[in-house]
Amino acid sequence: MWEAIWQYEFLRNAFVAGVLTGFAAPLLGVFIVVRRLSLIADALSHVTLAGIAAGLLLGSSAPAAASWNPLYIGMGFSVAGSLFVEKLRAVYRHYEELAIPIILSAGIGLSVIFISMANGFTTDLFSYLFGSVSAVSRADVWTAFAVAAAAAMVILTFYKELFLLSFDEEYARVSGVRTKFIHFLFIVLVALVIAASMRIVGVLLISSLMTLPVAASIRIAKSFKQAIGLSILFGELAVIAGLWAAYELDWAPGGTIVIVAVAILLFVLGWKRGRQR
Amino acid sequence: MENGLVVQIEDVSFRYEKENVLEHVSLTVPRGAFLGLVGPNGSGKSTLLKCVLGLLKPNSGRIFLFGEPIESFREWHRIGFVSQKANSFNRSFPATVEEVAASGLVAKRGLFRPLTHEDRRTVEAALAAVGLSGLAKRNIAELSGGQQQRVFIARALASKPDLLILDEPTVGVDARHVHEFYELLGDLNRRGLTLILVTHDIGTITDRVTDIACLNKRLYFHGKAEEFEHLGNEAISQFYGHPLHVLSHEH
Repeated sequence: MWEAIWQYEFLRNAFVAGVLTGFAAPLLGVFIVVRRLSLIADALSHVTLAGIAAGLLLGSSAPAAASWNPLYIGMGFSVAGSLFVEKLRAVYRHYEELAIPIILSAGIGLSVIFISMANGFTTDLFSYLFGSVSAVSRADVWTAFAVAAAAAMVILTFYKELFLLSFDEEYARVSGVRTKFIHFLFIVLVALVIAASMRIVGVLLISSLMTLPVAASIRIAKSFKQAIGLSILFGELAVIAGLWAAYELDWAPGGTIVIVAVAILLFVLGWKRGRQR
Repeated sequence: MENGLVVQIEDVSFRYEKENVLEHVSLTVPRGAFLGLVGPNGSGKSTLLKCVLGLLKPNSGRIFLFGEPIESFREWHRIGFVSQKANSFNRSFPATVEEVAASGLVAKRGLFRPLTHEDRRTVEAALAAVGLSGLAKRNIAELSGGQQQRVFIARALASKPDLLILDEPTVGVDARHVHEFYELLGDLNRRGLTLILVTHDIGTITDRVTDIACLNKRLYFHGKAEEFEHLGNEAISQFYGHPLHVLSHEH
């Protein structure tokens, strides 16, 4: 695979975008998992799909919009979806998880309508559903880079606040942390990372890259910083080994990456159990 | 302008929808006091505390912290808080004792300012003050209930507060550790820290605090702990709304 990466630009794009996704998704995933918001990634990925379907529909029906990257429309939908999630969580304060199925079903409903209006699935839409190596353009790589850099900057800047908000929200408020603003910023960032990761792992599998490496890391990490480091390590391992296996075996890359992440999780669980005996 | 009063509550009332929770409460806490704020469940203790911490806004009345109206008070690092819910944290959260204690410095450091070496020494000192020096790198979930409670006090002490507020801090802590816990609070108070301890259990604190305030929507008593003990069971039962015999817990 390594020789081919130097030879073919599309493989290089896929590899770089994959490495960026393998960094950003688990980085945010740690905070998502410890705050018990794991399903938010699923809800937002489906809203992103609605945006992408709308973008593809727009591209096929309005020639002026044909050159637009549907990913950016997906990003807009994802960010709007994240804001709705927050609004609904405030409305249903005692049933906060209710916001997730509401947004998820709205996302699926809209996607189905837009897909039917565009006369069914196209190859392009299929690549957004399950991820596709050949579909990753240079613009997609730059988008992934910008989003990963933004994620790293926000986490570095607000690390103390995000840690406290995740561990003890009430204490964060007493300490004068602007909890609503930090949470808003974080959830928008999650929406952007999900949209930017679409090309590699696809709508249906992106949440796994945010949760599986974290599920493995929190079983063995002693500290929060170690949990972040291990999550990123497992995320990168899953992406690189997954892309390599997919190339060698001619499998779908999104699915292979996720299965490698599951294998890492099972290995960690087994290793931990072995140590406890 | 500071006037020797750490907390000043003036005629504060609070309603949840149509139910009066606090009615015209006035209370002062001087520097160096160890105030036990007692009252039956649902008496408005936690609500009053939330008003003092700026988490709730009273419907009427005023609150001053260190002489400053709460609306313009910004020095939140001067107030340490140990919540009733602190001990019900997510046990699977991957955090060390040191990380949790250091999170108490958030109010002091502000945005864009990572922890310095001096901050780390402050955290070490806070952990030493609660007797947890050797456990800094341990996962907080591995500690006993009493030790975990000490971590939360260390977190509150990390910002070097002038006032420490504790809301039912011994819930879920076993009897032996409760005794050690009160010893620690007494020690901190003797070193000059002002404390407000909220509890529904009068018997546990009468001989440990310097002042007592009895709240049941209104303030029924506020004075020295010895004066409170002289009130007698009948007066206390009247305030609690049911017969009560105050027993002092000597261990």
